[in-house]
Amino acid sequence: MAASFDLKNDGVVVIIGSGAGGGTLGNELAQKGVDVVILEAGARHEYEEFINDEWDSFTQLAWKDKRTTSGDWRVAKDFPNLPAWIVKSVGGSTTHWAGASLRFQEHEFKTLSTYGKLKGANLLDWPITLAEMEPYYAKAEAKMGVTGTNDWPRLPGNNNFKVLKAGADKVGYKECHTGNMAINSVQRDDRNSCQQTGFCFQGCKWGAKWSTLYTEIPKGEATGHLEVRPNAMVIKINHDASGKVTGVVYADKDGKLQEQKARIVAVAGNSIESPRLLLNSESAKFPHGLANSSGQVGKNYMRHTTGSVYAIFDKPVHMYRGTTMAGIIRDEARHDPSRGFVGGYEFETLSLGLPFMAAFLDPGGWGRSFTTALDHYDHMAGLWIVGEDMPRAENRITLHADMKDEHGMPIADVHFDDHPNDTAMRNHAYKQASALYAAVGATRTFPTPPYPSTHNLGTNRMSEKAADGVVNKHGQAHDIKNLFVSDGSQFTTGAAENPTLTIVSLAIRQADYIAAQMSAKTI
Amino acid sequence: MVTIYDGKPGLSRRELLKRGGIGALLVISGSAVISPEHAWGLETSALKPETMATLIQMARDIYPHDQVPDKYYAIAVKGHDEQAGKDAAHKAMIEDGIADLDKKSGEGGYRALGWEDQRVAVLKQIEATPFFQAIRGGLVVGLYNQKEVWPIFGYEGESYSKGGYIARGFNDIEWL
Repeated sequence: MAASFDLKNDGVVVIIGSGAGGGTLGNELAQKGVDVVILEAGARHEYEEFINDEWDSFTQLAWKDKRTTSGDWRVAKDFPNLPAWIVKSVGGSTTHWAGASLRFQEHEFKTLSTYGKLKGANLLDWPITLAEMEPYYAKAEAKMGVTGTNDWPRLPGNNNFKVLKAGADKVGYKECHTGNMAINSVQRDDRNSCQQTGFCFQGCKWGAKWSTLYTEIPKGEATGHLEVRPNAMVIKINHDASGKVTGVVYADKDGKLQEQKARIVAVAGNSIESPRLLLNSESAKFPHGLANSSGQVGKNYMRHTTGSVYAIFDKPVHMYRGTTMAGIIRDEARHDPSRGFVGGYEFETLSLGLPFMAAFLDPGGWGRSFTTALDHYDHMAGLWIVGEDMPRAENRITLHADMKDEHGMPIADVHFDDHPNDTAMRNHAYKQASALYAAVGATRTFPTPPYPSTHNLGTNRMSEKAADGVVNKHGQAHDIKNLFVSDGSQFTTGAAENPTLTIVSLAIRQADYIAAQMSAKTI
Repeated sequence: MVTIYDGKPGLSRRELLKRGGIGALLVISGSAVISPEHAWGLETSALKPETMATLIQMARDIYPHDQVPDKYYAIAVKGHDEQAGKDAAHKAMIEDGIADLDKKSGEGGYRALGWEDQRVAVLKQIEATPFFQAIRGGLVVGLYNQKEVWPIFGYEGESYSKGGYIARGFNDIEWL
């Protein structure tokens, strides 16, 4: 049964966040007999409680705490206080994610070497290679039940996929299939298989899509070594005179401040909250925030080069039926600078319900140009572009100078400007996708701007040298031996692939490292 | 296009309702906007009923869907009446915004402009105002999140209770 640890217990590993990174790390450590407390800012909603309704689900799950935005990205204008669409709930954004589980390509761990220096980009090679990651990718795929691996069949294609596939064939794309999805295509792991319900973004009510909420967390709890404490918003990490971290201060469900002592602290609050917490933990010894001797905490914020293309046909599609991300085209994921940009991108089908289509198709748009698009909602097909964006020092998370949250912690400001490479890639993708849909008879296409960010990356990046980043190849802070980063904020660069599989793989790898270091008593 | 029949003082609501159907789609009576043909009415408590009638027309001009009846536009904007009752600043913003819209529209006001294009031309002039943005922003959720309008667009909504679409057409496309 689930453990319960005393606040003064300084032998525990405290993990901040229960999503792909934190939830996985917690279970992996618990399986090795390490005592773990996961502090989760949100409430615990089991999957039966999820809601097949976009706005009601958003109210239930989304991270809605106020943030501010700046920069030239359109999100700053359309959603000035909602830079990211991520989750505040046990399970984190693994409740909301679509399930796409792709390994990075070899060159994507070596972007500086492969792409060369690019003006206005802060490119850097990862301190790890694909070869080092492969065994962990394999473990993650097995854990998550990724279709198309381990002899698990791929999911059947829905209507939206069939349109994508027909277009891919017509324009000559070769690698198009229903993806590598962490969604059960057969019953396994005591969970249902996919019932093609849609509403993947609203939490899978069948539990068919992998989420730490109903896999890693209960498995960890069953060891007796894991306690998940919901409604615990961490606001500061404490340290001693030697610079080692000693515990974390959090506001509990009643808003009362508590301190949980710790032997090791792992930060996994997603790429906005994780740097916010490190920056807010400044002290006389660390005046620029924890783990920030490099000055890189909060910098190099990446969000993938995204966008959508929706198309209208003269006959019905009903794209919303079935899995939200129902198929993929990988042909453009290669690095081929002849297209006018470095790096690559994936096409993945996407569908929004009518309420979110109205909110996101052309935010701020009105009049007949807008409404005649919605009039043909059931004749629409759609895809999402997800491509590698360039890390930039000025794209960053900072603490707001004046505005504070209910606990007195400065809120986060998210600044983002597109790099010219991002813009060139997005425009290329818009053109290709429009051609693809035109090839199947689309009568009208809509190059739809990026939504609030779902892939938030890079703000505590991994680096070989301490001067270039925040953490080493194990996610361990260069400056503080018993402080780790366990989420997507440790990504050195973003690659073209959806990040969750890599976050999970890194967490499995990190658990091995932490347990070994604990046994050796080096931390 | 919404035609408004402005009731004379002393004319009872019943008489107005009887008069409806002779081309009078929306009727203003006392504190209500009434659609006699479609048997719905909307009482206002804070905003003038004329203001509400104009708001309904404005809502349709912002998000025109010819297959969506007025009732749903009325439901989508009625929250402004409730908010105006609690917040004097909101009430002033709406009443002043509508007065300005009428002024810019010339004799007879906004609702007297016969063509949608004419009304849209006026809306374009106020597009950047907090008033317009409050109305438009509220409509995005207020109009499109009404479950009753979803079938009009072919959106089926919740599907879990029906077992998803695995046996209900997730891959039934035939024209490819």
